[in-house]
Amino acid sequence: MTATTALPRKRVDLRTGLAYLVLTLGVILTLFPFAWMLLTSLKSFQELFNLAFFPADPTLDNYRQVLGGTQFLQWFGNSLLVATVTTLSVLFFDSLVGYTLAKFDFPGKNLVFILILSTLMIPTEMLVIPWFVGVTDLHLTRSVPGAYFAILFPGLMSAFGVFLMRQFFESVPGDLLEAARIDGMHEFGIFWHIALPLVRPALASLAIFTFLGNWNAFLWPLIVIQQPQFRTLPVGTALFNGEAGTQWGLIMAASSLAVIPVLLVFAFFQRQIIEGIVLTGMKG
Amino acid sequence: MATTSEARGDRAPARSSARPGSLRRHQILTAYTFLLLPLLFFLIVRFIPTLMALRLSLFDWNILKEQQPFLGLENYRALLQDEKFGQALKNTALYTLIGVPAQLVLGLGIALLLGRIRAFQGLYRALYFAPYVTPIVAAAWVWQWVFSPQFGPVNTFLMWLHIPPQAFLTSPSQALPTTAALVVWQNLGFQVVLFLAGLAAIPRVYYEVAEIDGASSPQAFWKITLPLLNPTIVFSVVTGTIAYLQLFTQVVNLNFTDQGGPLGSTMTVALYIYQLAFGRYQMGYASAITVVLFVIILLITLLQLRFLTRRYDV
Repeated sequence: MTATTALPRKRVDLRTGLAYLVLTLGVILTLFPFAWMLLTSLKSFQELFNLAFFPADPTLDNYRQVLGGTQFLQWFGNSLLVATVTTLSVLFFDSLVGYTLAKFDFPGKNLVFILILSTLMIPTEMLVIPWFVGVTDLHLTRSVPGAYFAILFPGLMSAFGVFLMRQFFESVPGDLLEAARIDGMHEFGIFWHIALPLVRPALASLAIFTFLGNWNAFLWPLIVIQQPQFRTLPVGTALFNGEAGTQWGLIMAASSLAVIPVLLVFAFFQRQIIEGIVLTGMKG
Repeated sequence: MATTSEARGDRAPARSSARPGSLRRHQILTAYTFLLLPLLFFLIVRFIPTLMALRLSLFDWNILKEQQPFLGLENYRALLQDEKFGQALKNTALYTLIGVPAQLVLGLGIALLLGRIRAFQGLYRALYFAPYVTPIVAAAWVWQWVFSPQFGPVNTFLMWLHIPPQAFLTSPSQALPTTAALVVWQNLGFQVVLFLAGLAAIPRVYYEVAEIDGASSPQAFWKITLPLLNPTIVFSVVTGTIAYLQLFTQVVNLNFTDQGGPLGSTMTVALYIYQLAFGRYQMGYASAITVVLFVIILLITLLQLRFLTRRYDV
């Protein structure tokens, strides 16, 4: 997938060279904080405050302390659970809604779509207070499953996903679905076995955005989590500073550990993500 | 028409639905069945809480107290005199005015450059995207460290250039731009991918025609690329504005845990709401602010959609 603007054939080399130069400088600036994070995480406490870029005597002590001396693995597990459950739920329900809006004709169709899209404009800040009151009234956080549910319920479906999946299902030929209907296939079966496999790229891209969004969710988890064992990674690391004093080496090690899995997932799904954005239908 | 379905005498095959009318009914029923749970979700988790926030904003609502006296519009009147709210609003506007254009220009610029190269395009794209997939809290820590007044590499670099070291996050005037820079840095990758997608959707044929007509590259950019990118630009501006108006996570984690930076200079509306509702439990007053924020987002979004969207007959 390349986006080339047509150029006259001459002077191409000079321009391309210049493009590479600017892009490389940009990448260095973009990646510098990452490099700094990784290198700092490998420095011993004595070395932290000298300004050498590379650690003179790299050590894994910070990592040992983070993994051994904090609840990092618990936070990581919580985040993984929250992000996985919400992602699966969003993939299923948003696909179902997107499919229905794209492929069925029924009274109130446009209204449903507009209502769902309009929720994008409701600020999270407006919802967290009523959510908090509701969770408190229902005593949700008294049981372990209830506590997890309280953290993740806002992410179970997303308006953005409905919008994305509707765009994708528009392009699925109706004849295919009709043929399955004539063969006597069950409506849900048509969605599950015929329509869904055709929109795999969209599912991959929706999966990664949903996962990221919930992996990074901060405001609501910060409000709703009362006990340390339920902290997600962002909440854990944010409060970790207050509790541990500013132990830069530990914080950088924890940050590195938090970044690496997400980067790996991204590297794996890069193509689909970008395809997904392309087809979100940025057409006027 | 006098023909009834019996008169036509065609009986539909037994296994599919009997008549067109019932087929349509079956479709409608299926659609509603599929939509039932999701609609309930959006109702219970999004719409009803919105109405609840509206209701709470009319009370002196404190979760710790027995009495929740009704105030009418008193909370809204108090807002008008609240200097801290005024400052939070001003800061939020500044963040939006700095951040949205910056990420638009940088994102589009890098996307255009990426469009010029062939080798390693995917690699560059992935590298620019990396900050976007970084946990925000971790990124905020790294940012604090990079811009640290004594030990930060940025100040080291400035001293090397014989520029006096800057206070950055500890200075009332520099803390906000430094925070905005973090948000722009994090969003840049997404913007790049967004504009790459927008550029890819422009049919090549326009450029070919332009070339035949002898148009220069800049002319092609102003006359073809920019107009046809309009939907992407609108998307970037609208979603960007909505996000910046709710800025919270970066601000909390950059500026000395939820105090709103030096002299409140980085305080945002979202952070103020958080402090009021969950620091002091003034949930009625905080709800009034959320209602104001909602109205602001609604108005700005509608205005942007109204004035930015262009239709081109191509």
